[in-house]
Amino acid sequence: MPETDERGGGGPRLLWRTAQVREAIDETPRVRSLVLDVPGWTPHRPGQHVDVRLTAEDGYQAQRSYSIASPPEARHLVITVERIDDGEVSPYLASEARAGDRFEIRGPIGGYFVWTEALGGPLFLIAGGSGIAPLMAMLRHRAARASKVPALLLNSARSVEDIIYREELERLASRDDGLEVVHTLTRRRPAGWTGGTRRIDRDMLAELGIPATERPRVYICGPTPLVEEAAKSLVALGHDASLIKTERFGPTGATHGS
Amino acid sequence: MQDSPISRGFRGRRPPARNDRVPPGQHLTEDFPVLSAGPTPAAKLGSWSFALQDGGSLLAKWSWQEFEALPQTEVTVDIHCVTTWSKLDTHWRGVTIDTLFEAAGLDEPPEAFAMIHCDGGYTTNVPVEDLIDGKAMIATHYEGKPLAPEHGGPARLLVPHLYFWKSAKWARRLRFLEADEPGFWESLGYHIYGDPWREQRYAGD
Repeated sequence: MPETDERGGGGPRLLWRTAQVREAIDETPRVRSLVLDVPGWTPHRPGQHVDVRLTAEDGYQAQRSYSIASPPEARHLVITVERIDDGEVSPYLASEARAGDRFEIRGPIGGYFVWTEALGGPLFLIAGGSGIAPLMAMLRHRAARASKVPALLLNSARSVEDIIYREELERLASRDDGLEVVHTLTRRRPAGWTGGTRRIDRDMLAELGIPATERPRVYICGPTPLVEEAAKSLVALGHDASLIKTERFGPTGATHGS
Repeated sequence: MQDSPISRGFRGRRPPARNDRVPPGQHLTEDFPVLSAGPTPAAKLGSWSFALQDGGSLLAKWSWQEFEALPQTEVTVDIHCVTTWSKLDTHWRGVTIDTLFEAAGLDEPPEAFAMIHCDGGYTTNVPVEDLIDGKAMIATHYEGKPLAPEHGGPARLLVPHLYFWKSAKWARRLRFLEADEPGFWESLGYHIYGDPWREQRYAGD
């Protein structure tokens, strides 16, 4: 049985609550964070997600899941949404929604893809695209707790402009508290780029990753091909499969769905 | 039912016809998204087996070769993932749970509940009545091809009338239980039964 950070199966029903947008932050040309006021919100743990439900004027509703990007310590809940052009919910959240707009939210959901400071480290985070959102909640939580747990974020993006939370990650990595951030750019790289230059693969994980001998807790979130490749490679490199937790999404599916 | 606030500027894509086949809160997808909690286990057919177990005692066990030689059934079903996608008319081939029970010489199931155990440690609980009378199978083929590892190959449970997390990937063992117990996701806040038509997504729904 994989190790679980359990919360019992019982408990009261998760209610739909009204969320109001406080602020919309453009992270990249395709990705936006929404800072939300959610009265009555139950504190979450880093890595958990929420269900979002939109309601049109005629009562039509659509619902999807999104990872929480803010740490439990933050005053406001933040979700980070990538616009899927032929999607139904993400174009609204990532382009249309503005301060004052309202929709419903339900959660927090999921007790497996979770890291809290108490679990310790080392912490090895692997992200692709908007899959960085739940991992950012973990890094923000780590910083809020002034944790010195050794941590590495290996983040795959298409170009520098596509790196989500770029400036904040620079700030976090410059605190000299044991966090290292490595970006790998798969399409376009600026002159003099010193980070990774291709998709995440076994060689890159062997060269840059935290070694299996240190038994890091690994969290991988991104598109399915990235998650499959990274998880498979880490197992081949000797990492304990029970320490590797994954969250995947396809073009229309799942946690960062359309 | 509470009043939902209007999301200013949201119009939505209207659902196509066949809406009667899409449960509440779901939307149709043409893709087949992958969702798993950990690494995809490497399939080794030489050492693969599927077992039926009652408490601690082994009732029956099949090697891959023996399993493939059991009577096969093909089904076309709609599937519904708790993350809100649904996919219509998916084709599967495998061995129904009825066939497995018959091959094991069981006149009737010894208990009312079952836990499915999988490679990687994943488990899910299903009442036995939801597994019999053609309602479920151990599927080995999807759309005419051997089931891909990331979709649960070589063999997964298929119990399409429940949310798809119940259709556990990499299934290896069915263990009868006297009383219902939560499996993996059911211990982590998801619904103990998971009927998509009653929108039983999370505990308490």
